[in-house]
Amino acid sequence: MKPVSFSYYRPNSVAEALHILAQEEEAKVIAGGQSLVPLMNFRLSRPKTLVDINGLRELAAVEADGKVLRIGALVRHQELLAHPLVVKHFPALAAAAAEIGHWAIRTRGTIGGSLVHADPAAELPAAMVAHRGVLVLTSARGERRVDADAFFYGYLMTDIAPDELLTAVELPLPSGVRYGFAEHARRPGDFALAGAFVEVAETGHAGAVTWFGVGGRPDRQEMELSPDASSRERQFAAALAEMDGPEDEVEARYRRQLAAAAAEQAYQRATASGRGN
Amino acid sequence: MQSVSESAVAGRPKTSVTLVVNGQRHTLEVEPRWLLSDVLRHQLGLTGTHVGCEQGVCGSCTVLVDGQPQRSCLMFAVQAEGHEITTVEGLTPEQGLSPLQAAFERHHALQCGFCTPGMIVTAEALLRENPNPDEETIREVLSGNLCRCTGYQSIVAAVQDAARVLREGGAVDTEVAAQGQNEAAGGEQA
Repeated sequence: MKPVSFSYYRPNSVAEALHILAQEEEAKVIAGGQSLVPLMNFRLSRPKTLVDINGLRELAAVEADGKVLRIGALVRHQELLAHPLVVKHFPALAAAAAEIGHWAIRTRGTIGGSLVHADPAAELPAAMVAHRGVLVLTSARGERRVDADAFFYGYLMTDIAPDELLTAVELPLPSGVRYGFAEHARRPGDFALAGAFVEVAETGHAGAVTWFGVGGRPDRQEMELSPDASSRERQFAAALAEMDGPEDEVEARYRRQLAAAAAEQAYQRATASGRGN
Repeated sequence: MQSVSESAVAGRPKTSVTLVVNGQRHTLEVEPRWLLSDVLRHQLGLTGTHVGCEQGVCGSCTVLVDGQPQRSCLMFAVQAEGHEITTVEGLTPEQGLSPLQAAFERHHALQCGFCTPGMIVTAEALLRENPNPDEETIREVLSGNLCRCTGYQSIVAAVQDAARVLREGGAVDTEVAAQGQNEAAGGEQA
């Protein structure tokens, strides 16, 4: 099918984009469009107005200031996975970005688009929750910062208001912890059936697991991670049993098993090299 | 700022865009909702770009946008303004075939041919970035392009052969070419 008609704006600045979002009803921001355009092609999404932010280069930077890594909303997945600052400070994020879709999707899809779309099986929302990122939301009314954990409500639902633009995410630079990432998909490039980011302290056993693909949103759980594999297996199973999953019992059991396996793999990666992959 | 407003009345408003496709400038009147894939095919007659799924899954509409492979079905034509678009037609020489296209022919890397333009465009982008990709890399890259005829064996072989030909300056090795024909004739299981 083809999208319904819409008004199209291509602002030259963030201020201009915010002005249009404040004025127009049922306006939607388009960045990479890799989730939005399929929805529009099927007419599941029928925005009256599209605000195309692809020209706003001010949103496309990645920069570190000693405390946080700031990633502009318009950074494409293919840039993210190879960016030296991301690879250096957040190797698990770089590894996760490499698993998004296919090459031709990654060259256009953006981190901001993935986060506001909030597919429960997507890598980047979970990456933000795992790394305790902060989302910077801007509107004509001002700017606010929302913790990733509070931003994601559930299936395709987030805290962003219709007149707001996600301009950047900020990730605190990790210190004393290592991250690993793993996911299971039927074929490379598919959405994951389940995946996990694991955080492990460099000394001691403190850690956390952030799962995605199981419930309607990424779920981060802090836990002491036993060095013993069979103890970890029980820990992961117990944690996953507490989580909301798909309604179908067989499906839910399958996803929890995959999620546990992904967590173990992510743990191995976090502890093996510290490279996250 | 560029903007086009939609009115509720019939005769939806169009906007003028200038697209650079295969090095040629075209100024066209388009509706904002028109996909790049459709404008390439219907307005410019470049029917080499195939439209399969219109949801970014199949890869047959893949074109190069500023040299990067992208789905032309997930982009509106108005968004392509200011960017260089290359379709499979733009990768085809005036006479004959490109080394990649010739390798597809030698290896019989297609049956129905529907996926082939997307395969050629994606593989071309790969070989420009990586002149000597290993089989795993080729398979990973082509996993974004669905082929339901060949089982990919002959496609992977063709890309490897084209890479070799390009590295060696464009000459076709007749022995490998003959081997490719054999593979195509007999060894083509999924």
